[in-house]
Amino acid sequence: MGSLKIENVKKAFGPVEVLKGIDLEVTDGEFVVFVGPSGCGKSTLLRVIAGLEDSTSGRVLIDGADVSVTPPAKRGIAMVFQTYALYPHLTVRNNMALGLKQAGTPSAEIERRIKIASAMLSLEPYLERRPAELSGGQRQRVAIGRAVVREPKLFLFDEPLSNLDAALRVNTRLEIAQLHRRLKATMIYVTHDQVEAMTLADKIVVLNAGRIEQIGSPMELYNSPANEFVAGFIGSPKMNFIDGAKLGETAKTIGVRPEHLTVDANSGAWKGTVVHAEHLGADTNLYLDCEKAGLITVRIFGVYNAEPGATLYATPDAAKTYRFGADGKVLR
Amino acid sequence: MSTATRSLPRTIGAHAILITYTVIALFPVILVVMNSFKSRAGIFGAPLTPPTAKTFDLIGYTTVFGQGDFFHYFQNSLVVTVASLFFVLLFGAMAAFALSEYRFRGNTMMGLYLALGIMIPIRLGTVAILQLMVASGLVNTLTALILVYTAQGLPLAIFILSEFMKQVSNDLKNAGRIDGLSEYTIFFRLVLPLVRPAMATVAVFTMIPIWNDLWFPLILAPSEETKTVTLGAQLFLGQFVTNWNAILAALSLAILPVLILYVIFSRQLIRGITSGAVK
Repeated sequence: MGSLKIENVKKAFGPVEVLKGIDLEVTDGEFVVFVGPSGCGKSTLLRVIAGLEDSTSGRVLIDGADVSVTPPAKRGIAMVFQTYALYPHLTVRNNMALGLKQAGTPSAEIERRIKIASAMLSLEPYLERRPAELSGGQRQRVAIGRAVVREPKLFLFDEPLSNLDAALRVNTRLEIAQLHRRLKATMIYVTHDQVEAMTLADKIVVLNAGRIEQIGSPMELYNSPANEFVAGFIGSPKMNFIDGAKLGETAKTIGVRPEHLTVDANSGAWKGTVVHAEHLGADTNLYLDCEKAGLITVRIFGVYNAEPGATLYATPDAAKTYRFGADGKVLR
Repeated sequence: MSTATRSLPRTIGAHAILITYTVIALFPVILVVMNSFKSRAGIFGAPLTPPTAKTFDLIGYTTVFGQGDFFHYFQNSLVVTVASLFFVLLFGAMAAFALSEYRFRGNTMMGLYLALGIMIPIRLGTVAILQLMVASGLVNTLTALILVYTAQGLPLAIFILSEFMKQVSNDLKNAGRIDGLSEYTIFFRLVLPLVRPAMATVAVFTMIPIWNDLWFPLILAPSEETKTVTLGAQLFLGQFVTNWNAILAALSLAILPVLILYVIFSRQLIRGITSGAVK
């Protein structure tokens, strides 16, 4: 129970069109991540699904029922916010209970659900505390717990990890992934961080300027991006884009991921000088200024010693080179 | 103690300035209270000395309590102040919430219109207000005063509170909406507690001019039944003879309630509950 269908949803704030016609289908139990640069409309889309914003046109269906005019509380959704948004005057227990009390759930049932959720999120010792007495990670777990107790059809996450520090972010990411596996619930997750998107999603929706650029599993997006935007957005370090004309190619732009380039000191396709080397231990990022290709990034696994100023030859893996047309779409 | 930020001359200097200011600010108040405990001869003979065994006299207070219905005046003042304050805070906060939270046509214009009252003194409209009150039969009622003071206090209240309400996290309000809270519950249970310090500030700024006002009670409600304390004190201010004992005693007494209200509100000024709500 928890499918979602969005049909041609548009949203405009005055003359500014934020969503320019979104069509999307999410099946029961899927973990879908909306990803895109800031201002692409991903949060607005989530708010339209939640009912916090009305769409200008189009329909939102949850479990087949049109909820376009249903208030948020009646849509069977729960939302976790970036800023946690806990009720400051209520204890952890009451923070979780409030929504259920409003819906008229019997208190024994509320108690049972809080017990399960707090055990799942290891919140038992903190049930009588107020949000001010909790750390950032604990607060976000309470916010997740507040969503869990509602047993919603849809979980909505609005950049839930952005306010946490790096170490906590990895932990909480893991917890959310485990939560999804245990609850088998449908989850929609908004982030601007492509690592979160790749690690959590069953299905990624890449948004740009109010439009869906591509929908697919993380590996589909990585291996066969539909266009230049997706190719550049997914993958880190970013894909190298080289002007096709410079390489004597018919395509407008040639794209090669940094990890699909090899370097050699003596021979190769593109001759260049090392501008900078980043040594990360597990891998090494080299920035090469090539005569033909311009500034490119090369990712080498393991340690590679290269001094700035040294001459190296880079060779792209022909099977993993992408060709983009003038409209940005990939050429096959 | 760290010597980098504190040095003896600097501490002395800072305290000297603060003490000087305190003395200047408190001087008239102390003078009034001091002289209210003195006999008439004591007041005129040595106005700046504290009451001595010879000059100590409670004649002022006995006059105040004996002559005129002072307790009643107090009650009137208190009713007017508290009721006006209540309406200013309630309607001010509601208007501020609407202006800061909802997008509607003419939002900015409405905000400007409501803020206009800060720049135009309400006393300019006295004649029209009086005509209005006469026409509606509200002359010599406390309702008239409450209405006028509510109108007088609203612009500043809305102006200050809408700024504060804009800072209340949108996520928190949205979380409430998803949990099924009504807009009223969101306003009263989530937003108001978070803007409590601002509410207290507005309360203090609104309360004092109302309590001290002489103009509108004199014009709109001068009857014996509806007199306020400031108007009651005028009783002892004659054309030829002024009963200073009684006036000073009345003014000293008038300080008390406003002092109590101030203490109540200033405790609310302390922040604390907001931390932990967001971030």
